[in-house]
Amino acid sequence: MDYMLNEDLLAIKEICTEIGDKHILPIRAELDEENKFPREIMNVIAQSDLFTIYIPEAYGGTGMGSMALAVATEELSRYCGGVAVSYAANALGAMPILLMGSEEQKKKYLPMLASGEKLCAFALTESEAGSDAGGVKTRAIKDGDHYILNGTKQWITNGGEAQIYTVIALTDPERGARGASAFIVEEGTPGFSYGKKEDKMGIRASATRELVFEDCRIPAENLISREGFGFMVAMKTLDNSRPGVAAQAVGIAQGALDEALKYAEQRKQFGVKINSFQGLQFMLADMGTQIEAARALTYAAAGLIDSGSKNFNKVSAMAKVFASDVAMKVTVDAVQILGGYGYMKEYPVEKMMRDAKITQIYEGTNQIQRSVIAKAMIKEAKRK
Amino acid sequence: MKFVVAVKQVPDTAEVRIDPERGTLIRDGVPSIMNPFDAYALEEALKWRDELGGIVTVITMGPPQAEAVLREAISMGADDAILVSDRAFAGADTWATSHTLAAAVTQLGDVDAVFFGKQAIDGDTAQTGPSVAASLDWPQITFIGKVRELNEKQITAERYVETGTQVVQADLPVVVTILKDANVPRVPSLRGKMKSRKAQIPVWGLVDLGLTEEETGLNGSPTKVVVTATPEARTGGQIHEGSTEELVSKLADLLLGEEGGE
Repeated sequence: MDYMLNEDLLAIKEICTEIGDKHILPIRAELDEENKFPREIMNVIAQSDLFTIYIPEAYGGTGMGSMALAVATEELSRYCGGVAVSYAANALGAMPILLMGSEEQKKKYLPMLASGEKLCAFALTESEAGSDAGGVKTRAIKDGDHYILNGTKQWITNGGEAQIYTVIALTDPERGARGASAFIVEEGTPGFSYGKKEDKMGIRASATRELVFEDCRIPAENLISREGFGFMVAMKTLDNSRPGVAAQAVGIAQGALDEALKYAEQRKQFGVKINSFQGLQFMLADMGTQIEAARALTYAAAGLIDSGSKNFNKVSAMAKVFASDVAMKVTVDAVQILGGYGYMKEYPVEKMMRDAKITQIYEGTNQIQRSVIAKAMIKEAKRK
Repeated sequence: MKFVVAVKQVPDTAEVRIDPERGTLIRDGVPSIMNPFDAYALEEALKWRDELGGIVTVITMGPPQAEAVLREAISMGADDAILVSDRAFAGADTWATSHTLAAAVTQLGDVDAVFFGKQAIDGDTAQTGPSVAASLDWPQITFIGKVRELNEKQITAERYVETGTQVVQADLPVVVTILKDANVPRVPSLRGKMKSRKAQIPVWGLVDLGLTEEETGLNGSPTKVVVTATPEARTGGQIHEGSTEELVSKLADLLLGEEGGE
């Protein structure tokens, strides 16, 4: 379907397609197999200005917004969900600074993130704080003009690969979620080290790692916004980034459908192409329809954010839920269409199926998203 | 430093078919692309510009629509571009093309190096680069697999030839032709694409270059194509079936029958 994307968005899409064809496709199986971070692809992405699109022009970006980020993430995900999330996680990491950072923080950090000179990551999750983000245990204690961080962040995308981290920690544990604050922590700060690197089911090209803080002293000016605003920073960040996960899901699903269509055209059984069988045609039709619906919802959510609306958390959650469920279903069906071949690592669809699963889980499980959606709907209904 | 990259718009040969009756390319509906080897020439020039400073100007000789490859080059990072285009240039062979391109390089002035791809995938002559060097009376280094060093005065490069590698040094200004071993061409950047959309690309014609109709285009081309023909399509050969023993003896019979002629 033609979404009448403007010239800039088409340019982004073309660039991503070229990166995908030339740099991702040849090595995606190897990255998956070896659990290897796509450092060289990140360099190509940096050189092609893709890190600039979510950063305003005043800070070295091109300021193209959420829709542009969604288009880029979707297109890269068509090739590899792991590479795409390694890219998109930079936007997630930068979001707290973009949304709530001070002018000094923006001037200091955003240009180096826009150029891709430094990579970025967002650190909220802990072993006991997943869906219940209020359960964060990492402490930040003010000590003169410093904060001292202690605790461990878990499952941090781009952990160990990024140089700039936005970290949520408690400044006032007694106040629970309202006692959380957001900080910028740079790699190399004494007391900050990396822990276990995870061995994952999918998106294996992406790095997922623990961040360990042991009496890690950071300058007080690295506090984002004010003490106690950490939870709000985190929630706003996730509301803004969810269309990115939705876009990743749409891209993975599209990649799987493309493979299924290609295979169904080539594969013959009973003397005819398997795409001539109605049972298979109905599967393809549903896959295509669901992807288009997911894409439309994703673009609508991204467009709403770009419009400056403050009221987008419901649609943003809807896009994430719907697109990720579609990605899971479509990739399972793609494996089914490729049959025995689909189950083999020689073909890319089993990887796509493994990659798709995480989109239902991270940046808020789909169960949490449904709660967000329902609460928003109930609130809206009361107002009427 | 002032670098020029000469590029050519060619039909995408992956998509091209030949009219068997007339022996010509069927160009209808075939997309035009930048000659793939030229991307390596462009990357090499961009790489050295990034290191040494200066500008990269891309030129192409062709019809007005050839401007598309110049815009593509700008999106990859070239600073500016010139379209060398005139009805009088049509039908040029490599001699007339080189003569015209050399005039454009002279017109640009103070050029340190002209980069070419090793050859174009449509004509496959690999003559235009060397011929431009001859026209300018500049040194040339062809088939470069690696540029070892480039500075304000000299270039040192490795030529990959059948017999091995030659290390050749030349004084600037120089004409070089680049192999795909030299680098990995960069992907266009978003800013490059935005710039390429807005770029004003001057068109230089016969008068601008101070040339005459006699020395350009078909008139200026000593080469005349007498006839083009397509080699006969191969037929499928024979397929035999049977056990290994049967097939071996059949194959032996066939080979002896044809070759040996008992």
